[in-house]
Amino acid sequence: MPKLTIDGVEIEVAPGTSVLQACEQLGIEVPRFCYHERLSVPANCRMCLVEVERSPKPVASCAMPCGEGMVVKTNTETVHKARKGVMEFLLINHPLDCPICDQGGECDLQDQAVAYGFDRGRFSENKRSIKDKNLGPLIKTYMTRCIHCTRCIRFMDEIAGVSALGALNRGEHMEITPALEAGVASELSGNLVDVCPVGALTSKPYAYTARPWELRKTETIDVMDAVGANIRVDTRGPEVMRVNPRLHEDVNEEWISDKTRYSHDGLKRQRLDRPYVRGDDGKLRQASWAEAFAAIRAKLSGLNGSQIAAIAGDLVDAESALALKELMLGLGSPNLECRQDGAKFDVSQRSGYVMNTTIAGLEQADVVLLVGTNPRWEAPLVNARIRKGYLAGKVKKVAVIGQNFDLTYPTEYLGIGGEVLSALAAGTHPFAETLRTAKNPVIIVGMGAFRRADGAAVQAAARALAVSVGAVREDWNGFNVLHTAAGRVGALDVGFVPHQGGRDLDGILEGCRTGEIQAVYLLGADEIPGEAFGNAFVVYQGHHGDRGAHRADVILPGAAFTEKAATYVNTEGRVQQTRLAVFPLGEAREDWKIVRALSAELGQTLPYDTLGQVRARLVQVNPVFGAVDRLVPSVWAEFGQSGAIGGGHFVSPIENFYMTDPISRASVTMAKCTEAFIKPALPAVAAE
Amino acid sequence: MSAATVPGTAPGSFQFTPENMELAQRIIAKYPPGRQQSAVMPLLDLAQRQNDNWLPEAAINYVADLLEMPRIRAKEVATFYTMYNLKPVGKHFVQVCTTTPCWLRGSDDVLHACEKKLGIKPGETTADGQFTVIEVECLGACVNAPMMQVNDDFYEDLTAETTEAILDKLARGEKPVPGPQSGRKGSYPIGGPTTLVEQAIRAGVKPAGQK
Repeated sequence: MPKLTIDGVEIEVAPGTSVLQACEQLGIEVPRFCYHERLSVPANCRMCLVEVERSPKPVASCAMPCGEGMVVKTNTETVHKARKGVMEFLLINHPLDCPICDQGGECDLQDQAVAYGFDRGRFSENKRSIKDKNLGPLIKTYMTRCIHCTRCIRFMDEIAGVSALGALNRGEHMEITPALEAGVASELSGNLVDVCPVGALTSKPYAYTARPWELRKTETIDVMDAVGANIRVDTRGPEVMRVNPRLHEDVNEEWISDKTRYSHDGLKRQRLDRPYVRGDDGKLRQASWAEAFAAIRAKLSGLNGSQIAAIAGDLVDAESALALKELMLGLGSPNLECRQDGAKFDVSQRSGYVMNTTIAGLEQADVVLLVGTNPRWEAPLVNARIRKGYLAGKVKKVAVIGQNFDLTYPTEYLGIGGEVLSALAAGTHPFAETLRTAKNPVIIVGMGAFRRADGAAVQAAARALAVSVGAVREDWNGFNVLHTAAGRVGALDVGFVPHQGGRDLDGILEGCRTGEIQAVYLLGADEIPGEAFGNAFVVYQGHHGDRGAHRADVILPGAAFTEKAATYVNTEGRVQQTRLAVFPLGEAREDWKIVRALSAELGQTLPYDTLGQVRARLVQVNPVFGAVDRLVPSVWAEFGQSGAIGGGHFVSPIENFYMTDPISRASVTMAKCTEAFIKPALPAVAAE
Repeated sequence: MSAATVPGTAPGSFQFTPENMELAQRIIAKYPPGRQQSAVMPLLDLAQRQNDNWLPEAAINYVADLLEMPRIRAKEVATFYTMYNLKPVGKHFVQVCTTTPCWLRGSDDVLHACEKKLGIKPGETTADGQFTVIEVECLGACVNAPMMQVNDDFYEDLTAETTEAILDKLARGEKPVPGPQSGRKGSYPIGGPTTLVEQAIRAGVKPAGQK
């Protein structure tokens, strides 16, 4: 533990701490461009110079480890002079175009130039200019502004795991260049915009639309995948202008996926802003709330409970799921289902359907087995965690059962189907031994493995495997389920699952075909083809005119995740709450309020009138909802349904990372990404 | 010069010859397993030698794939170092040093002699593809300034005349003797030894540099 003095204050730091980090611990600000806490340290911008006693010249503090008895000064004449010199060099080739630069107002260079810049230039030669590069539909480049900190290169190499950028040529001719013409094909590429300290890489969809000081910032939670990344939604008036990540070490660190960052333009398109009722001519026509409710009452009053079913979708919040569940039970219907993708697994135990290891816990794993999941697309930040563990040397082996994807780290491919998992659970597969000898083995089961008739048996086999290899101990739980839907775990925690004698998804759809189910209530469920509902009366409540709304007989306009204060539970079982950033569109209302209003109409009035009361009821139903952002370890118990596993393939549910839900399907930016990155990768069948 | 390297046409594919492949494997074996990408510089050089002294994109990609490293990383290396030629060059690649010591000793004459003799400007290649002339920074032979490098050989202590003589010989297909062109040996003093003379005489040996 070296002890050193910084600006006259003594501090003891952990071995290996750099002088810059020690300064930060003391709250001393050191300017920097190339240094980034989560990336390697190249020490090439030279902005963080400090004076160290007995050193003949200023020292780059980011790359200087603290030594015993070091005396560091950060606020002397020499330091200022040195930093001013560095700043002057940086500004030699940097254009002074802040008024037309999108980074203006949140630019590291701009801010630091205020402190260290000179008020005029001494450089009279021409400035260097560089041709802009194509980094795809998400990132706008203005390479003349680049100061060559190489953060973007290091981010792509280290965090995203795709070596898509490089620095070609040398010295003054150095240029950041993409490896491929098509752009940067990574689902984390949007973070380059945050990583870039100047205006060289900025957000393309956001270009020239707003200035940071005009935006109202709302801290909320993302729902594009089940990670529940912490985000900040920037709005101007009624419009969401951009989405940026917030720091949460245990969930998303400081990254978010491209879908999270860029799909918000889908919130402006294909929205449902008023109720609709399908007329006798088969056409949807605008209606008032009263008319819509009356239409529902007219249909439901003649039905008994078993003829009604409700399906909750992927973006459903816990409050509305609870309200609808209690309404349906009030109407006597046990037919509830929140797994609209057809996944089948035992939901009796929470430890059977959450990520018990936790996302941050994955860094401690040494052997990882992925079953029927492509984490790179289903949860890019979970994949980034595994990669982080791999780069740190902790994760030594990753094996895959299912489709073989490039996951940005080396994997061992075991096979595509259920028979491999059976063999592993039986201990006859050689990889079982690898898991057994591992210190912290982790098994991650994805929806690709559960979306089969024998899903519950897959769950039981994975559980048996986890137990047999010692993945479940007092201090470690290596059994994980990786969800793809943000609302899934919350709905499961609420108990939005078939009740005593109720039908599951297959049962409901079967009932629709035979006519045993007369009415279906879709709460934001859009992944089921319309014809599957047969002749049933369909009520759709949601915020987008997607598949569900097209089939609906009555449409109730709900609020998107940016428009309501709602509770979501991420795949590790972390309860988080969104905040209202903009108001719901037109006549749309918060979802639980719609269900509450409808319940009064149907004579089953729900006993809550305020958000506080709903949340109190949530805690009553399941105490985990009381622990907001605190993980409650789930009790390990018996779950799953032992049985034979068929040999069928485990197929990941996501075919296109950029379009997985009504919001991203309506997004123009996501369509452009699909065009740029997904389509070229698909085999060209039609062209042949 | 093979047809594939006519200026402006880059071969679409590249592969080491069996002999070079064997050499490449020997180079790779010098580095610990998993660190084979350390061999990128010697392998790029090998590829350049095989491909008429220049590196097409295909060769860079081939070396990167061989070393299991991202292609952009190999490209960074190839574009960073000036000794990798990314465009076709003549059979005789003439690099004239014009850094201060050589310049003070008359490198302008050497460069002009090249320009006059070959009828091209620095950075250009003669129409017959025989010669490329470029200006380079210090090649580390300042004691024999001015100098130029033709392919792997240094020609030192040049004057305009000796430069032309060298180019003439090269054009005729002969190989001029590398080293100082003024008649002195190595970088010994031109006017004979100036130091350690007495000691040498006392020891009964010829003073260094004496003919």
